[in-house]
Amino acid sequence: MHNFSIVRQSVRMALTNIRHNKLRSFLTMLGIMIGVAAVIGLVTIVQSVTTSIMDQFSGLGAGTLSITANGTSLKQGLSNSDLASLSEIDGVDAVCPSASVTTYAVANAEIYKHVTLDGEDFSYFQRNKNQIQQGRTFLENETDGYTDVCLVDKTFATKVLSGQNPIGATVTVNGYQFQVIGLYSDSDSLTGQMTDTSSSNGTVMIPYKNIQRMTGFYNTTFLTVFLKENADQNEAEHEIRAVLNNAFNDADNSFSIINLSSLLDTMNSIKGMLSTMLGGIAAISLVVGGIGIMNMMLVSVSERTKEIGLRKALGAEPVRIQMQFLIESITLSLIGGAIGIVLGLVIAAIGAAALNTTFHISTGAILLGAGFSAGVGILFGWMPARRASELNPIDALRAE
Amino acid sequence: MEEENKTEENKIEESKTEEKKPEADGAEIEKAKEPAAPAPNQEEPREDTGDEILRMKDICKDYDMGNEVLHVLKSVCLSVRRGEFLAILGPSGSGKSTLMNIIGCLDVPTSGDYWLDGRHIADEDETSLARIRSREIGFVFQSFNLLQRQNAFENVELPLIYANVPEKERRQRVDEVLELVGLSDKRENMPNQLSGGQQQRVAIARAIANRPAILLADEPTGALDQHTGAQVMELFHQLNEEGNTIIMITHDPKIASHAKRIVRILDGEISEGALEDA
Ligand SMILES: Nc1ncnc2c1ncn2[C@@H]1O[C@H](COP(=O)(O)OP(=O)(O)OP(=O)(O)O)[C@@H](O)[C@H]1O
Ligand SMILES: [Mg+2]
Repeated sequence: MHNFSIVRQSVRMALTNIRHNKLRSFLTMLGIMIGVAAVIGLVTIVQSVTTSIMDQFSGLGAGTLSITANGTSLKQGLSNSDLASLSEIDGVDAVCPSASVTTYAVANAEIYKHVTLDGEDFSYFQRNKNQIQQGRTFLENETDGYTDVCLVDKTFATKVLSGQNPIGATVTVNGYQFQVIGLYSDSDSLTGQMTDTSSSNGTVMIPYKNIQRMTGFYNTTFLTVFLKENADQNEAEHEIRAVLNNAFNDADNSFSIINLSSLLDTMNSIKGMLSTMLGGIAAISLVVGGIGIMNMMLVSVSERTKEIGLRKALGAEPVRIQMQFLIESITLSLIGGAIGIVLGLVIAAIGAAALNTTFHISTGAILLGAGFSAGVGILFGWMPARRASELNPIDALRAE
Repeated sequence: MEEENKTEENKIEESKTEEKKPEADGAEIEKAKEPAAPAPNQEEPREDTGDEILRMKDICKDYDMGNEVLHVLKSVCLSVRRGEFLAILGPSGSGKSTLMNIIGCLDVPTSGDYWLDGRHIADEDETSLARIRSREIGFVFQSFNLLQRQNAFENVELPLIYANVPEKERRQRVDEVLELVGLSDKRENMPNQLSGGQQQRVAIARAIANRPAILLADEPTGALDQHTGAQVMELFHQLNEEGNTIIMITHDPKIASHAKRIVRILDGEISEGALEDA
């Protein structure tokens, strides 16, 4: 078959027609353009935002339980033996107690307020080794509570240590002196994002036992429990609850557990809902765009009645006429769609910049836009094309 | 359907110039007689018509106007041989265009039989009529009817695209026919960059590009001045001498006189020959 010639010719004809009716074609394409741009823009923004939130969650790891255990007035926090019984639970991989206080630091004979002192367990440092940008993390024997070394984050290095090489620097926090052994990348964890970072002078990280010694508070009120990958999450959480209830004598409100994987599920369902909503908006705008295309195609068919008659006289079968007009409407909507995709990505990039999230180009959204516009072209071009193909050649030839 | 077949059979027997044969036999004979000739549509059996390229028998065309029926063509019988140059001459409203539409398979008659190039044109659907037009008919119109946004080459190429001619051969044939009408140097010109006469020559090139059985022209000189009109008629003569069958429709006896044979049409009735009362 040499149908390809027809397709090529039809596309060329379509482009010629679009060029000859620039304004009309542009106005017709506007609907599709806005529709596709809205879809791409919104979908990409939503995806960017949710992806970066998801990244943070999965950075913390699925199967991670955040436990706040304030306890009762009789027993504030968990004792070390409570922690030990938690780590003995079957599905538990690691129990990381942590504590953080906001305090002040002294460096180079200057006092800096709003410094976070963060105490973490050795296994926490092991898990987050890759966050070390410079220097090293703690050795196991440095986490006994008596070694005066610390990690600092980038904000601290910039604001307090005024950008100079932090490794080896000496800082005094809360009256205790520490030597910096490593530079930690800025916390982009949720807690980090949720606290106001602009006035913060950064974070100093020390082993959990040091902070216990410094505060003189040896119970644990905040801890993260990492579950084993193949562990039954519900079962493990159930057992953890049992241990905590036992520790606090079943007192109400003595502890809370946030399961990050269930948060992830919630996020996913919110994302799904948003996508459905955007889908609805997209559908409406694309239908509006499609009606525009249909209108222009109907005008085009009636304007070109004589041409259609002539083509029929020259031997064009009805199918071919139909195909020609279909290709025209598809070309029209694809061009509109392409412009819409570009516009949408620009909107998304601007939106991502404004929302301070990374801009992810979603190929899915682009394919969706392209697919939708082609679909609209076919769907709304069908009737006018059909009408063209059904014109009686004699009447068509006689038309002026 | 059966009735139709019967009448077809009867009419062929009446005419006695041919014999109705079983389909298989007919096909065999056709093969035997012209082995080189292309058989564009194998499914439809063709009659062996010898020299005759077109035959009409009792063609009627009625228009139902609600309260009355308008008989535009009244029992038209016509036979055209291969290589003829025929003019159909008649005054306005006599039914010329109606007849031409039927000859050109743009329209079907209300009743009667029509054979074109050995094929009986009955109640064909739009698609098969289009295929027949593509193979058998080359139209030339009074108002040229070129596509304004395509250049001369593309206009001539169009029927070849619809006939599924491969690109290479297509280009060759377009060049050939443009050369034939003397417009090789205008192939890139858009219609509005051509004179009326040149446009009509492009239209003629387009009509003959697919080597149709019949070149069908409706008032081909109607929009041209005398001089360019004469040039077009000269081109028709030349094409006819090269073996093309031409049927030309006109109301102008002077133009009709260029043809080798004239058929007159008056009030939908056809009569052969003689020019006296023009
Ligand atoms: N679709 C139609 N419906 C009703 N009547 C028609 C139709 N087409 C043609 N007629 C009538 O048929 C008659 C012949 O028309 P036709 O167009 O064949 O004339 P013509 O010989 O080509 O005339 P002219 O030289 O003016 O073109 C006219 O009376 C016309 O009104
Ligand atoms: Mg006429």
